Amino acid sequence: MTQTTTWTRPHLLTLEELSREEIFAVLDTAQALKEVSTRSIKKVPALRGKVVVNLFFEDSTRTRTSFRLAAQRMSADVVDFSVSTSSVSKGETLVDTARSIVAMGVDAIIIRHRSSGAPEVLSRLVQCSVINAGDGSHEHPTQGLLDLFTMREACERRGKKISDLHVAIVGDIANSRVARSNLWALSKLGAKVTLVGPTTLCPSAFTEFGAHVTHDLDSILGEVDVINMLRVQFERLTSAAFPSVREYSRYFGLNEERLKRCRKDVLVLHPGPMNRGLEITSAVADGEKSAILRQVSNGLAVRMAVLYLCIGAGSFQNNAS
Amino acid sequence: MAADDVAQTVRQISQQILTAGELMAGGTLALVGIRRRGEILAQRIAAAIYTETNRTLEVGALDITMYRDDVVGNRSIIIPMGTEMNFRIDDRPVLLLDDVLHTGRSVRAALDALVDFGRPRFIRLAVLVDRGGREFPISADFVGRRLEVPDKSRVRVSLKPIDSDDAVFVESTTPATGGDSR
Repeated sequence: MTQTTTWTRPHLLTLEELSREEIFAVLDTAQALKEVSTRSIKKVPALRGKVVVNLFFEDSTRTRTSFRLAAQRMSADVVDFSVSTSSVSKGETLVDTARSIVAMGVDAIIIRHRSSGAPEVLSRLVQCSVINAGDGSHEHPTQGLLDLFTMREACERRGKKISDLHVAIVGDIANSRVARSNLWALSKLGAKVTLVGPTTLCPSAFTEFGAHVTHDLDSILGEVDVINMLRVQFERLTSAAFPSVREYSRYFGLNEERLKRCRKDVLVLHPGPMNRGLEITSAVADGEKSAILRQVSNGLAVRMAVLYLCIGAGSFQNNAS
Repeated sequence: MAADDVAQTVRQISQQILTAGELMAGGTLALVGIRRRGEILAQRIAAAIYTETNRTLEVGALDITMYRDDVVGNRSIIIPMGTEMNFRIDDRPVLLLDDVLHTGRSVRAALDALVDFGRPRFIRLAVLVDRGGREFPISADFVGRRLEVPDKSRVRVSLKPIDSDDAVFVESTTPATGGDSR
């Protein structure tokens, strides 16, 4: 009936490890599932009887809500498990917490953790799907996928392909898991990626991974198709990475004046939550080039797709063993 | 069946639909094909009816992947193609189309999918080939061709433009899996 793919992964840990075909498998599945959210009955029975746990060791509103809604639209049951209300505050380790959750019979754990690699460790220790919802400054695969999905949609309207794109990722590259997930995925699909930020936050070592690096946003404005503005993450900045918020905003903030120097069909992305007036002005964020709200709705479809694919692959492997 | 037979069978089904009357009375008939070959069938029947009567019908494509009873735990993961129905089905006659009727499981899934989109006045089923072997209490209202086929054989339908030609084959060698031949 339809194309069957090579999707066999019970876990989604990084975009670095995915092949081109696997990335397209997620995007195509998300494309098909997007329609579900436009119905009056916004639900399909695919994951009926499956249990998904949101295990968030870091604050998050939109990612957690998006995963929760995605699981519900696929008819899975969802349990929210947050650190403040859990035994973690009593000193329980990540693995013990996860194991006791799995012992209750869950099919997938969606984990956000401040330590890079935590989801990977977990995936080796538990018998259920593990989906990375952001680990330290390592990766945020579903954000990378939803950014890609949003870019692909824009490409379709403009008769382009992702491999034609030049994408600028601007901001705190060093601490950004969103930047890394985007970089891996975009490079795999053949897009040109330029990382932009102050020298303290945008190390030139990234050129080794195929990215271009510049510290001068103005120099590339005219040639990029997509500008992905990252949030300045005050919670991760340990020392004075830049002299002042005002100076950062002056050199790396996206405002209307800069937007005028961009291509007419430029697409502005931001993973949220925004520091309005800092990395992006309200006029740009709410303007016609902005796809920020489309990113949020696409995120839902992408997460539905990831849950379907990973839980599907996981159940198959459990049945086989 | 060769290409001529397929074309002839599509004309026959179209004729049966027109003769049946109830489908053409009331609101505009919606032809909803199960992706992917049921969708092609829906387009062809709509074209045949237009040629005959000058009436335009609604045509939609239904993706039943998320409604299958083996969606999780299936031998391989199916990438869905999405449903495309740019019309409401509420209070309107709906004709569901598929290429092969076998176990009836696809039709069961399709009925569940359809009612999530609205409340049709009634739903009828048309298939190009009924090969028997039902596992669910489902039967078709319009059948192009009934084939007596051993359980283990597979009926494969080719339709342009998905396939290079229009044809129906019976293959005696079969993969060791059950389920609908689709």
